[in-house]
Amino acid sequence: MYETTYHRAGSAADAARMIAESEDGKFLGGGQTLLPTMKQRLAAPSDLVDVTKIADMKGIREEGGQIVIGAATAHAEVAASAVIKSRLPGLATLAGGIGDPAVRHMGTIGGSIANNDPAADYPAALVGLGASVTTSKRTLSAEDFFTGMFDTALDDDEVVVSVSFPVAEKTAYAKYPNPASRYAMAGVFVARHGDGSVRVAVTGAGQSGVFRAEDMEAALAANWSPDAVAGISVDSGGMLHDVHGSAHYRANLVTVMAKRAVAAAG
Amino acid sequence: MAVEGIGARALRKEDKRFITGKGRYTDDIVAPGMGYAAFVRSPHAHARIKSIDTGAASVMPGVDAVLTGDQLVGDGIGNIICGWMIHSKDGSPMKMGGWRALEPEVVRHVGQAVAVVVADTLAQARDAADAVVVDYEELPSVTNAVAALGPDAPQIHPEAEGNLIFDWEIGDEAAVNAAFENAAHVTRMNIENNRVVPNPMEPRAALADYNSAEEHFTLYTTSQNPHVARLVLSAFYNIAPEHKLRVIAPDVGGGFGAKIYIYPEEMVCLWASKRVNRPVKWACDRTEAFLTDAHGRDHQSEAELALDSDNKIIGLRVKTVANLGAYMSLFSSSVPTYLYATLLSGQYNIPAIHANVKAVYTNTTPVDAYRGAGRPEATFLIERMMETAAREVGLSPAEFRRRNFVRSFPHQTPVIMCYDAGDYDATLDAAMSAADYDGFAARKAEAASRGKLRGIGISCYIEACGIAPSAAVGSLGAGVGLWESAEVRVNPVGTIEILTGSHSHGQGHETTFSQLICERFGLDSDSVSIVHGDTDKVQFGMGTYGSRSGAVGMSAIVKALDKVEAKAKKIAAHLMEAAEGDIQIEGGELKVAGTDKKLSFTEVALAAYTAHNLPEGMEPGLKEGAFYDPTNFTFPAGTYVCEVEIDPETGKTEIVNFVAADDFGKIINPMIVEGQVHGGLTQGIGQALLESVTYGENGQLLTATYMDYAMPRADDVPSFNLSTHETLCPGNPLGIKGCGEAGAIGSPPAIINAITDAIGNNDLTMPAKPEKVWALYQSSMKQAAE
Repeated sequence: MYETTYHRAGSAADAARMIAESEDGKFLGGGQTLLPTMKQRLAAPSDLVDVTKIADMKGIREEGGQIVIGAATAHAEVAASAVIKSRLPGLATLAGGIGDPAVRHMGTIGGSIANNDPAADYPAALVGLGASVTTSKRTLSAEDFFTGMFDTALDDDEVVVSVSFPVAEKTAYAKYPNPASRYAMAGVFVARHGDGSVRVAVTGAGQSGVFRAEDMEAALAANWSPDAVAGISVDSGGMLHDVHGSAHYRANLVTVMAKRAVAAAG
Repeated sequence: MAVEGIGARALRKEDKRFITGKGRYTDDIVAPGMGYAAFVRSPHAHARIKSIDTGAASVMPGVDAVLTGDQLVGDGIGNIICGWMIHSKDGSPMKMGGWRALEPEVVRHVGQAVAVVVADTLAQARDAADAVVVDYEELPSVTNAVAALGPDAPQIHPEAEGNLIFDWEIGDEAAVNAAFENAAHVTRMNIENNRVVPNPMEPRAALADYNSAEEHFTLYTTSQNPHVARLVLSAFYNIAPEHKLRVIAPDVGGGFGAKIYIYPEEMVCLWASKRVNRPVKWACDRTEAFLTDAHGRDHQSEAELALDSDNKIIGLRVKTVANLGAYMSLFSSSVPTYLYATLLSGQYNIPAIHANVKAVYTNTTPVDAYRGAGRPEATFLIERMMETAAREVGLSPAEFRRRNFVRSFPHQTPVIMCYDAGDYDATLDAAMSAADYDGFAARKAEAASRGKLRGIGISCYIEACGIAPSAAVGSLGAGVGLWESAEVRVNPVGTIEILTGSHSHGQGHETTFSQLICERFGLDSDSVSIVHGDTDKVQFGMGTYGSRSGAVGMSAIVKALDKVEAKAKKIAAHLMEAAEGDIQIEGGELKVAGTDKKLSFTEVALAAYTAHNLPEGMEPGLKEGAFYDPTNFTFPAGTYVCEVEIDPETGKTEIVNFVAADDFGKIINPMIVEGQVHGGLTQGIGQALLESVTYGENGQLLTATYMDYAMPRADDVPSFNLSTHETLCPGNPLGIKGCGEAGAIGSPPAIINAITDAIGNNDLTMPAKPEKVWALYQSSMKQAAE
């Protein structure tokens, strides 16, 4: 690790100012990706601005039909939350399956989505539920927020404050983990809303990060059952391919995980 | 602590230290004024070094020195050697290329060290290492051993034309040819044994401390065999004569073979410590470990098995290409030869065997012994062949094996080994029964109702441990003898220190070796301590590998204990005015049989040291040493049965049951043996299902972190079903065969046999990654539909 200077921000505004004043600063949202990268000397931020101690960025509340999760809320807290388990069980499952216990107690939802790893789990939930992301500057839809692999709409000095999830009627997440890293090779979040609309969001498999499987959404809107998606394959042309799996295999996993997610949602 | 002798499930004495953070590993040790080393490593698989510019690095803050291969060679530091001579079938000696600890001219694998920086802090050393500018001219590279033998392959070492190190054979080729001519059935397979990275939990480390006033070096290092390290560093590398070099291997966190060898880094630390006149520490990071720890396995074989009309094996023909990587590591040449082809007979009566092994240089990390070393490759080959042949001729896999088992001992195989004792029916029967093999069909049907493919596979392994009779291995090319030494020191107060040349790096020697003393003298285990891992304390020893510490190391202790016991009895007889033959040792006391006369062990020890009243002519003291040279290898054997369920939609394999029935001879501590089997099985499962070393086209190791290299975790393995069935080894005093490697040797074929049974497709290579299994099952379904 190269030398860096640690700052603890007291508020989102404070954090934005610290980043603006730094030479090449980075927000620290739990550090479960950034710190290992720094230890390998693959990242060398001049300053780290820790946003996980900001009081009003922590916690989970239900507000106007939405579940609002503070950006500094750890995955373990989301997984254990009674309100999330009852209102958005798929989200609780997803958070409980991120990394390992140490990661889940350090990593935060804000940190995860700001990094937008194409194999991370949270982006599937945000897109699958049609969540909105509130930052220190504005509120964005999940689809506008995620702009590509490791890329988001965030400005350099913009910090995620909270994520609001609409409560859905049925939710589930099914993930096929990479046997080495346990990141998703294909993670599919399915949600059916009260108005009958369905979303299917896929992480881990696509070259550009999270995406919606619209054919599956239409099929499920007409017939909410695993069989409805069993015959629908996604185009392997847009899939990742690496030492862990070919694009063809990942496309298969998307269909299988979608089927299992619908089955789990009931 | 209680008196826990042979056979007791004594809890591990060393665990309190390890689980409370009081272990003392090499990287925990601090020498006053020490600097830190960081290595500059090749980013290329094969390249000519045009220049190395150390100018900028050498003036960076805290930097003592930036050293290169030219300086190393200039200082007369010798090349790294391979300690086992193999001759090709034409009689020519193996073709060994030069391996310098820092390479000045041509790098031959990614990660090879070309320079080292020593600085005040690790961060300074790394910064300066980043600032060393090496100008490379990239050369074509090759990582696959068969490809390296091809006509267009790049030449890696000038000494080894066509990259062929040796072309070796064993067995009677004419007899095998005759057998195949008379065969009623021949089973043919191409069999790969995948390369794996050992991954001990503690990465390698070294702290070298040169004392210029005494011209003496101390090396703390992560070694399985500190005396061998000192011998090689002295005799071949010109670091220092043995009496001027102390090697200490303190607590070591796992080895699996990778910590047997002398690597460039510890040599460079010693040399640099003298150069900069301060202690130098180096600790490997995980990616450096992936790039530089000796890898294991990497065989590609063609095998043919000839059967007669009764389905008895009449011949086995094997052609193997073994990838030894870019350089020949210390014992690399012995692994695909005498540790491999000599075990190709398995548990079976095979009248004729011929094996040809070509060892090949490639632009990859050097390959050497990894848990099992050659024997897993042999077992995988023969047990995949056995299962496949059974399927082809329509016999049950168990029946086919039974029909060919060796049943009379000693049994001379056609490939050197002479099996001394065993009962292969017993372990097969036990495993079949524990696995409820007969109930498999019902379980398969039940699994099918849940949409799962269920399969079952057997592996009957045999291995050769207790390595090894010195004269025998000497005649086969070994550069060292493979005996072991021990010293038993009884202190005046009756406590005992055992000094052993074996080294414990996870095996629990402090517990099991103490149990020998508890058994012999009836003493409490707290009154015994085990001393190992320091060349200044222990006279000499060959270290720990090849499941040898029980069969060889403990045998040396037993010999020394015999001498101590005899002397203690003489003293006791003298003091109690009894005949020596009437003295019995029981519960920590020496008693005169048939009387109430007795002395405590402490009283006898004290008498030995006060020397006020010893038998006429007896020397004072109670301390004895012994060397033990094995008379034969030992032959642990057993049967493993693996049952799997496969998710046909993803190809993911779940091991739903794993039965191991082992014959390890005498067992000192069943709990520790079970731990060894659990660990071995888990490594075998890792090799069979998960661990996939992948080199890219330009020779880059694509799987050099845990993000990409899948190690087995707790949820990848089942709760194992173990049992042991003892036939004593006649070759050593305790009857021990060894248990350290069996799990890793026997498990991969059982797993692959089970998966291929489940999917109905035999073309599976290791690791059985889900995508491969899925694709094979898809193609089986497609064929079935057509």
